[in-house]
Amino acid sequence: MRARGLVLGGVLVALVVLAALLSFVWTPFDPVKVDAASRLHDFGGANPLGTDSFGRDVLSQLMVGARTTLYVGVVAVGIAALIGTPLGILAGMSSRRLGEFVMRANDLVLAFPALLLAIMFGAVFGADTLTAMVAIGIATIPSFARIARSGTLQVMSSEFVLAARSAGRSRPNIAARHVLPNISGLLIVQASVSFAIAVLAEAALSFLGFGTRPPTPSWGRMLQESQMFLTLHPRLALVPGVAIAIAVLGFNLLGDGLRDRLDPRLAARP
Amino acid sequence: MTAMTLEVHDLGIGGLVRGVSFGIACGERVGLIGESGSGKSLTALSIMGLLPEELAASGSVKLDGRELLGAPEKELSRLRGNEMSMVFQEPMTALNPAMRVGAQVAEPLRIHRNVGKHSEALLASVGLPGVGRAYPHQLSGGQRQRVVLAIALANDPKLLICDEPTTALDVTVQAQILDLILDGVRESALLFITHDLAVVASVCERVLVMLDGEIVEAGTTRDVLTAPQHDYTKKLLAASDLEASR
Repeated sequence: MRARGLVLGGVLVALVVLAALLSFVWTPFDPVKVDAASRLHDFGGANPLGTDSFGRDVLSQLMVGARTTLYVGVVAVGIAALIGTPLGILAGMSSRRLGEFVMRANDLVLAFPALLLAIMFGAVFGADTLTAMVAIGIATIPSFARIARSGTLQVMSSEFVLAARSAGRSRPNIAARHVLPNISGLLIVQASVSFAIAVLAEAALSFLGFGTRPPTPSWGRMLQESQMFLTLHPRLALVPGVAIAIAVLGFNLLGDGLRDRLDPRLAARP
Repeated sequence: MTAMTLEVHDLGIGGLVRGVSFGIACGERVGLIGESGSGKSLTALSIMGLLPEELAASGSVKLDGRELLGAPEKELSRLRGNEMSMVFQEPMTALNPAMRVGAQVAEPLRIHRNVGKHSEALLASVGLPGVGRAYPHQLSGGQRQRVVLAIALANDPKLLICDEPTTALDVTVQAQILDLILDGVRESALLFITHDLAVVASVCERVLVMLDGEIVEAGTTRDVLTAPQHDYTKKLLAASDLEASR
């Protein structure tokens, strides 16, 4: 049962990755080419998923949009993990006072809504994908810091860290060689969950006009552009909606599966 | 009095340990016995400079004439694992589960730039040749304790502290581990913490009895075990099934 979730998650994520990779070398049509003569075509025919109100091929847009989706996930999770993890380990290993300070600062960031931060960033630095994702990444730092800190506290109280210190290992050495490998499972799971959240956030921001700028295809923007035709052509909203659902579900299943696989209490001994 | 490898004078730890003084000469094996919570492990940790953050030690601890209490962390970590090292009670948790044992044995060598030795040779010296690529969970409790011992002895420390190293092991494995410890500390000082009097009798030359943070009796193993002076030692002996006490 558990393995099935992991496999399904892997397949769904692979589907998104493949679509994105394929879009670099081949798409059925130019995804940004406007063709007024063939606008709002239905499923089937020359355009398998039809065309939108500007006559652009939906399948091609969807494939190129997968790139944006992965890009935002990587940027947001990368920022959050690269800053949040060291902060959390620092908070877990340093003196109680410094640790508390880091975590309370962390709470401060956590209390700020991610989308609001992204909208503010968009207003100040100009709305585009990177700005939005830097904002989402910053807002996700606390999740990583918390997970890393709680994992670090657990590892630091274990006897092998005491043994490591009695063997003369320095704190940075213990952090890199003992703490990080033992909390990597937690972090991988957090990364996959945050990835899904970032994908959703990008879609939401693009929908609101603070994310990816036209004409770059993005699933969120496809949704936004479809709303005028929602009653006439619901498939225009359906296609990117399903794509987002697949990506988010895939990353969540993958994260759950990895957690079960990496949990030492559940993992079978090799 | 000959020069002591370890000299502890009037050691106090936040009210939990008071006025503890003793010395261990080079090549001498000293036992520290007492019930759980009597301050044995705290004493050991304070010698290593590994007390928990909220506890501070007072008094004096000297290794080869160098004062350890209050010494900078940098100097202490240079000494730890090199001139003094420690073996812990629970071999199941004393090794990093995410690291191959060979790499763990190699670490003290790498940290203290000891290029003359190899981790495989160290593992072989504790009777575990060719297990360097194994992870801790693939080894038995006794094998893990051997790995811990190999790490502790890697740099031929002048002082080895064993904190109940055999408590978690079964009797036959205990004997093997004790032999390895005795082999490893021929030219070093050994502080052996335990509450197993039979182990004290077979390992230690002198013994210290600790009760509620103070040393209540000290003497040669023979004297203390055959003619205990303090009431607590008598009770301890009566409670154990050691031959000599009957």
